[in-house]
Amino acid sequence: MSESQASGLKETPLASVHRALGARMIEFAGWHMPVQYTGIVAEHQAVRSSAGLFDLSHMGELWITGPDALANVQFLTTNDASRLKPGMAQYTFLTNEAGGIVDDLILYCTAPNEYLLVVNAANTEKDRTWITERLKGNAAIDDRSDSTALIAVQGPSAQRVLSSLTDADLAAIKSFRFVNAELAGVEVLLARTGYTGEDGFECILAADQAHALWNRLMEAGEPYGLVPVGLGARDTLRLEASLPLYGNELTDETTPYEAGLGSFVKLDKGDFVGRAALAVQKEQGPRRRLVGFVMEERGIPRHGYPIMDEAGRSIGWVTSGSHAPSLGRDVGLGYVATEFARADQLIWIEVRSRKLRARIVEGRLLQLRDRT
Amino acid sequence: MYPENLRYSKDHEWVKDEGDGRVRIGITHYAQDELGDVVFVELPEAGQTITKDTPFSVVESVKAVSDIYAPVSGTIVEVNDELESRPELINEDPYGEGWIVVVELSDPSELDTLFTAEQYKEHIGE
Repeated sequence: MSESQASGLKETPLASVHRALGARMIEFAGWHMPVQYTGIVAEHQAVRSSAGLFDLSHMGELWITGPDALANVQFLTTNDASRLKPGMAQYTFLTNEAGGIVDDLILYCTAPNEYLLVVNAANTEKDRTWITERLKGNAAIDDRSDSTALIAVQGPSAQRVLSSLTDADLAAIKSFRFVNAELAGVEVLLARTGYTGEDGFECILAADQAHALWNRLMEAGEPYGLVPVGLGARDTLRLEASLPLYGNELTDETTPYEAGLGSFVKLDKGDFVGRAALAVQKEQGPRRRLVGFVMEERGIPRHGYPIMDEAGRSIGWVTSGSHAPSLGRDVGLGYVATEFARADQLIWIEVRSRKLRARIVEGRLLQLRDRT
Repeated sequence: MYPENLRYSKDHEWVKDEGDGRVRIGITHYAQDELGDVVFVELPEAGQTITKDTPFSVVESVKAVSDIYAPVSGTIVEVNDELESRPELINEDPYGEGWIVVVELSDPSELDTLFTAEQYKEHIGE
């Protein structure tokens, strides 16, 4: 993809579209990306009530192919890729020897011994190097991030928006399944995946078709209230759904068990990078756990704020926090010492030298909407 | 966007002379637009003294935390408590219902150091 002349930042194939829509652009992971079009709250609400359109072309697309592709994917990732048949995808991790998370990703099996890894934009180069240094036998890695676009349609009306543009049987595409389909005349890998807590689809396609597909989706979505959505609302949507963000909840120093994502680690599948360390941690139990919490006093938790017990002793830190538009509450995610990681536990967040009470929520933060 | 009867600080606050040595303070259209949806205002208390160019309040939007700098020095005599329940007033009506505090000036000559509307527009490149 092209580099913006002025800033040296990378641009997606849809950069001119965002500008024409009046988007506010920011730097994100070395990319020039739209943070909002009309406003974060309005865009957030549109995804919860109807549908939103996202340009996620900054994300990385790495292909691992060859007769030993499966063996390599199994050795590099924590989930069990042998369970994937073509048309199936799974959430998984690349982990280091200590069990720390190199990246979280969605792994797609596109054909026998042909795998697509959709990775975080900030980690694409790190992942490519990480994988390249560890590939064994007859397998190759191909970084097609620059020639690949990713457009997501998310929200309860997502399927209705797409249905007028394709003959594919959308209802038959279950969660974490995908098909190769023609959408508005464009060849796409059409997956029922997302990062918003809503139903939706992600379309992976050739970068030079992104402009055409985006425009057709905008037209088709208009009667349903579909609006373009920037990274700002993407962050509040995923936070409400308690979905982790690499760099915040997930880092090279945190493990899947600490993040409460142990179900995506399959210790019994055979050896993989980090397995020994993760097996020990599973046995002993992690010393800290990622929790969601809701503020009981007025104040917004933010990344890096200390978490304390009632006596003021440090027990952890906030990894993400925001006002949650769908909840009308201020919420956050953070790590706390395991003994505090239980439902309804009171914790205190240090917000600008004030100590504010919060309550740990079990399960997704979004469920608070249905409770209140 | 930038009423002629107000004065403006380089940190994007507006100041309205209320007479009697008092001024009303808020943030400008430019500031609220840059912040986006305001969801929280950490208000100071009446009686508190504020010092020019030091923070006295915090405004948070969904994405950002922003200190509000005192454009003048003095004592806070009134606080817009309505912002506690309706922080969005800062976006909707930055020069009206979105005001933040009323301050009794300790040094009225500080008003002369502030931008006029014309100068402020130049400051923000409009």
